[in-house]
Amino acid sequence: MAMSDTGITRPAAQQAGMPMLHKIIFLVLLVFLAVLPFMVYPVFAMKLMCFALFAAAFNLLLGFGGLLSFGHAAFFGSASYVAAHAAKVWGLTPELAVLSGTVAAAILGLAIGALAIRRQGIYFAMVTLAFAQMVYFVALQAQFTGGEDGIQSVPRGDLFGLISLRDNVSLYFFVLAVTFGGVLMLYRIVHSPFGQVLKAIRENEPRAISLGYNVNRYKLMVFTLSATFAGLAGATKSQVFQLASLTDVHWTMSGEVVLMTLLGGMGTIFGPLVGAAIIVTMQNYLATFGAWVTVIQGVIFVIGVMLFREGIVGVIARWIKRPL
Amino acid sequence: MSIALEARGLTKEFKGFVAVNNVDLTVERGSIHALIGPNGAGKTTCFNLLTKFLQPTRGTITYEGRDITRLPPAEIARLGMVRSFQISAVFPDLSVLQNVRVAVQRKRGESYDFWRSEKKLSRFDDEARSHIDEVGLSDFTHHRAAELSYGRKRALEIAATLALSPEMLLLDEPMAGMAQEDVERISALIRRVAKNRTVLMVEHNLSVVANLSDTITVLARGEILAEGDYAAVSKSPEVIDAYIGAGYE
Repeated sequence: MAMSDTGITRPAAQQAGMPMLHKIIFLVLLVFLAVLPFMVYPVFAMKLMCFALFAAAFNLLLGFGGLLSFGHAAFFGSASYVAAHAAKVWGLTPELAVLSGTVAAAILGLAIGALAIRRQGIYFAMVTLAFAQMVYFVALQAQFTGGEDGIQSVPRGDLFGLISLRDNVSLYFFVLAVTFGGVLMLYRIVHSPFGQVLKAIRENEPRAISLGYNVNRYKLMVFTLSATFAGLAGATKSQVFQLASLTDVHWTMSGEVVLMTLLGGMGTIFGPLVGAAIIVTMQNYLATFGAWVTVIQGVIFVIGVMLFREGIVGVIARWIKRPL
Repeated sequence: MSIALEARGLTKEFKGFVAVNNVDLTVERGSIHALIGPNGAGKTTCFNLLTKFLQPTRGTITYEGRDITRLPPAEIARLGMVRSFQISAVFPDLSVLQNVRVAVQRKRGESYDFWRSEKKLSRFDDEARSHIDEVGLSDFTHHRAAELSYGRKRALEIAATLALSPEMLLLDEPMAGMAQEDVERISALIRRVAKNRTVLMVEHNLSVVANLSDTITVLARGEILAEGDYAAVSKSPEVIDAYIGAGYE
């Protein structure tokens, strides 16, 4: 997982704080997202943002922690179920429903992470996949998840008990605040003292140990943080679609987020967002092709990997010789 | 002189093969101690046992009077005993400054604070720079570690190690694969940093450690063959035999 040969010669962190280029990109992105619901169907735009956050959360683990999880649907999906249940059965307001889903994902992340980080490489991926399949089984069998039906017609409710989110545009701005805020928080984690240690571990784990770092604790922490933000994405998604279903916890969901991250560029800030946008847009506009979507997706992935080994944003970063 | 590190009856078996057999080793505080031997003598295994990157099958290891036989490797570093690696151990995609700063950061307390800005780390810059100066890398402060020459990577590794203010350094073949001018530079550096520290180094060549070490222990086939200063060890018939014998195998 070493990122040493990406060809970015500028040392990554001589800048103090967020570099100007990143500030501009975030600002442009925010302006674009503010007008987006007036150009496309808001629910589609919200789906896009939820998956962008999901991919960014996954990238924290893969791109910066160097750990490939193949079970991130467990966190996305369980948060989706808990948030849907909280809103529908407990009657919580949207922000509290999203919060309870996120907390559930964090706890699950801590538990699964504590067991999975004892293994490395492909074994780590297999352990996460095994746990995700267990979560899928629970979602299929448990009472409160509604089995094959999932949890349907989740009420949208009033934000803080005050602002109605029944209207798509007002819900959109709630989702925008949550997901954009989430991505900014992930940015901060990557550029924190903790993030610096993570990079060191990713680059040379034995050396990090010999410097006295308790590597497993850092891995557990990044795993839990990644699960938490994946949960935030899943919980928000359940409020948008008013639905938590087996799709959210299915292994294909875990696969999709790997695809988004690799296509956009793992270990970059903006790559996962681009990857998520491409995949979600494709699924949306190619839906008429039915089962062929998967085939087309596969072809695009193969082409993407062959043309852009470091992902789309990774390649652009190499061209302009700046980290993105 | 008092004892810094001591191993008694140290043994490591890999599925029936004995890599290190009943080794007793005593490293005196403040000395430069070299562990040498031909290929396959068990030097690196022995070294990994002492730094706890491998768990011994039998035997005990004591550091500063404390039994460290069952401690995890990260804990050893916290006790002030820091190791280097045969393949130079730097963080390739980080700058020289960041490489050293990560070590300073560890010494000043662990950094789980993921909510803070990395700007906070700049308070460690001065300390990191002083260690970079110490090994003569000031001109490369902002270069990526991957771009440095082999000898400079070694120097960087030593700078990061010094940043932990260790009492004892364990160097795994610090001169391996180095050009002659680099060997001299690193030798001088080791001598300098060893002034108020204990150093245990593993080397392949007897000549490299000749002028550097106070005590030399020669390993062959997992066992101690000879021990003493260079003059004594280099004349030992067993040592000469082991080196030449290994060459013909």
